Amino acid sequence: MKFFFNKLKFLLPVLFIAPLFFTGCPSGDLTKGDAASKVYVEPGKYDEFYLFSSGGFSGQVTVSGLPSGRLFKIISVFSQHPETGYGYSEETKPLLETSYGFVPWDDAHHPKISQTKGEADGRWLFINANNTPRIARIDLSTFETEEIIEIPNSAGNHASPFLTENTEYVVASTRFSVPIPQADVSIDSYKENFKGSISFVSVNQESGEMDLAFQIIVPGFNYDLAHAGKGPSHGWAFFTCYNSEQANSLLEVNASQNDKDFIAAVNWKLAEQAIKEGKFKTWDASYRHNKMNHETQIAESKVKKGVKVLFPEDIPGLVYYMPTPKSPHGVDVDPSGEFIVGGGKLATVIPVHSFSKMLKAIENKKFDTVIEGIPVLTYSETIAGEVPDAGLGPLHTEFDNKGFAYTSAFVSSEVVKWSLKDFKVVDRIPVYYSIGHLTIPGGDTRNPDGKYVIALNKITKDRYLPTGPELCQSAQLIDISGEKMKILLDFPQIGEPHYAQAISADKIVKNVKKLYRLDENKHPYAVKGEKEAKVIRDGNTVHVMMSMVRTHFAPDNIEGIRVGDKVYFHVTNLEQDWDIPHGFAIKGMNNSELLVMPGLTRTIVWEPKFAGVYPFYCTDFCSALHQEMQGYVRVSPTGSNTPLSFNSGK
Amino acid sequence: MSSETLAGVSLLKVIVMNKNYRISFAIGVSLMILVYFFPIWTIELQAPQYPEGLGFNIWAYKLTGFNEYDLENINKLNHYIGMKEINENSIPELKIIPVVIGIMLLTGFLVVKLNKFRYYQIWTILLFLVLVAGLVDFYIWEYDYGHDLNPMAAIKIPGMSYQPPLIGSEQILNMNAISLPAIGGIAPGITLLIGITTIFLQSKFNRRAK
Repeated sequence: MKFFFNKLKFLLPVLFIAPLFFTGCPSGDLTKGDAASKVYVEPGKYDEFYLFSSGGFSGQVTVSGLPSGRLFKIISVFSQHPETGYGYSEETKPLLETSYGFVPWDDAHHPKISQTKGEADGRWLFINANNTPRIARIDLSTFETEEIIEIPNSAGNHASPFLTENTEYVVASTRFSVPIPQADVSIDSYKENFKGSISFVSVNQESGEMDLAFQIIVPGFNYDLAHAGKGPSHGWAFFTCYNSEQANSLLEVNASQNDKDFIAAVNWKLAEQAIKEGKFKTWDASYRHNKMNHETQIAESKVKKGVKVLFPEDIPGLVYYMPTPKSPHGVDVDPSGEFIVGGGKLATVIPVHSFSKMLKAIENKKFDTVIEGIPVLTYSETIAGEVPDAGLGPLHTEFDNKGFAYTSAFVSSEVVKWSLKDFKVVDRIPVYYSIGHLTIPGGDTRNPDGKYVIALNKITKDRYLPTGPELCQSAQLIDISGEKMKILLDFPQIGEPHYAQAISADKIVKNVKKLYRLDENKHPYAVKGEKEAKVIRDGNTVHVMMSMVRTHFAPDNIEGIRVGDKVYFHVTNLEQDWDIPHGFAIKGMNNSELLVMPGLTRTIVWEPKFAGVYPFYCTDFCSALHQEMQGYVRVSPTGSNTPLSFNSGK
Repeated sequence: MSSETLAGVSLLKVIVMNKNYRISFAIGVSLMILVYFFPIWTIELQAPQYPEGLGFNIWAYKLTGFNEYDLENINKLNHYIGMKEINENSIPELKIIPVVIGIMLLTGFLVVKLNKFRYYQIWTILLFLVLVAGLVDFYIWEYDYGHDLNPMAAIKIPGMSYQPPLIGSEQILNMNAISLPAIGGIAPGITLLIGITTIFLQSKFNRRAK
């Protein structure tokens, strides 16, 4: 008892003083500063940056502006979106096909803007699907998903789609090792049968089209995150892995035993050479490659077979392991390309490897051991320094243009700023709460913009008006232009913003498309003018080729449809003006409405179940007479002989 | 008179004094070639939801939107109030103007070649008549376009017509319509001015010389 009292004596003052600390020091001196003026974008004025945030479990990408935090668009990527008909319309459904069939959702984590010479160029945005391994490419002139490629021999596509400095490749890997190729084996045979794979997907520089170039089969650890080298380290890519214990149950404990796991350094230029020299095996694989056809604006899903596979045993120098404390999560390469920063989520320091030291260690064969043909380099031979006192649970690091690094610390909910010169912490700022990734415009490129860091937080609790048990996740804008970091703005995000990337708006605005040219529309069911509108019956299938223009449909009266028919509404928006979409919806529709952009044709299938007269209408308030933009379809019982007829403005 | 105009008149004076009115007429007639290379008139419609601008140029032989689809979009807006479609094929003037300007140019150069003061006077009067006829025709076209409305139009406002101004601006419902001559329209105007001024100065000079 006395023992407890003695303890309490010391604790009491702490208990009283601690709350003063927490209430007395609001972050970033918001009340004193001019935060409001720094994020205020005058009505009618553009933001300086685009911010592309991953939607996490929403499967989509969110587009907002910086510094205002205003939301502009949700880009449909891996999840169906009934608002526009994405993933419901006949043209977009093929984008969501996989070798497992139609997968209309996913868990999207890491948006990456394409790069040229190590700088964000604003051509395309890539993003991974974590659950059913896929990579999507979004065209940043239309802000629409153009292509989705499935990654075979993979599970948990988390370390993806990090890209090389000229977007030669986007990468993918297995967070969950699995039997490769898949097999019906005991889960307990993990060590024997489970493997990891690291995939390189090449990107055509003209069209952006992706192609699975090769896969490297690696030991069955959990490959978590990645970054490609840049400048001097261009030609290499780095992947963190944890669970070097190879546990297959209760990983929380069993995968946290080793003092160090690894960063895998992959020499992809050597891999390219090995492919050229034919040092690969071709393995059976079947996966989908889905692509939007530019001329018809109809996506096609193609089955692809086979994949070129490389084994580290066969190609000395292909992969090295750099020991890294402890269950590392992020791996980030500084703008010079020399420093490789690990985010050891259970470590007390941030380990910083040196690329030049790594090359020397390889040259001098400073190997601790070799795992399945992969040499493990000696920790002291690659490490440039360890950043002490770097917060608890360090995850990810981005860089500014003044020689500083910014690391997110999940457990201690803070951003820690440290110097790349002496690896010492120079500033820290609390974030609210539980930060995952953070991002700086260009912060993972050779040319970062040192204006802002954006913290992406998992927990918001008391930060916004409460909305029941489910609360939004959020972004926090932090000014990093001065010596001390300052919080400027909190703004909510859609789904879970794992990672986000920001880019100077002028790199994108100049390329933005305003409409699809009707004269270039090669959709087989497009109508280029009202006179071409018609209805065709082919057995039980009916094709309605319909036009929309302010403010009517053609045809707008259709008769002769029968219960049991499969009706394809092919709807073309004849407008050629920016920001004049039209919608299409019919009563009792079992899939979704359509939102059709100017010059585009979209198709939705309707299978009426009962006889009667069904109204259809435009769902986008398009003009003064929007409410008049409507029509009727008469549905007769199966077998009836109501003649097929259609008209508009009779 | 602005200093530029004064300078222009002084230049003409110098030319006339040196009995070189031929040069001023030659310059004046040549100016009319611009009609083939620049729009004659421009009609702009301003409304808040068209920050990028909306309007079209009238050339001697064609119509062009400020932006690629402007004509089409103006027609779409106009159909609500029952205006006729603006369409190159329905405007015969676009075939007549190039011919008329061509005739004026040919005869103009012929007059310069013959270099008779009397011919200069006749040609200038002819040009004056042609230009007045053009303006009257344009006004009639605008009047018809703004008044001859489809009785089935969705928006009907009793007593309202939608005739754009000949020159200047006018608020028509939500649109501020601005109608102004462009280079191809201003050029023959200047030709006429040069002609009249030269004739006037030359007559004065001739009188003084007597």
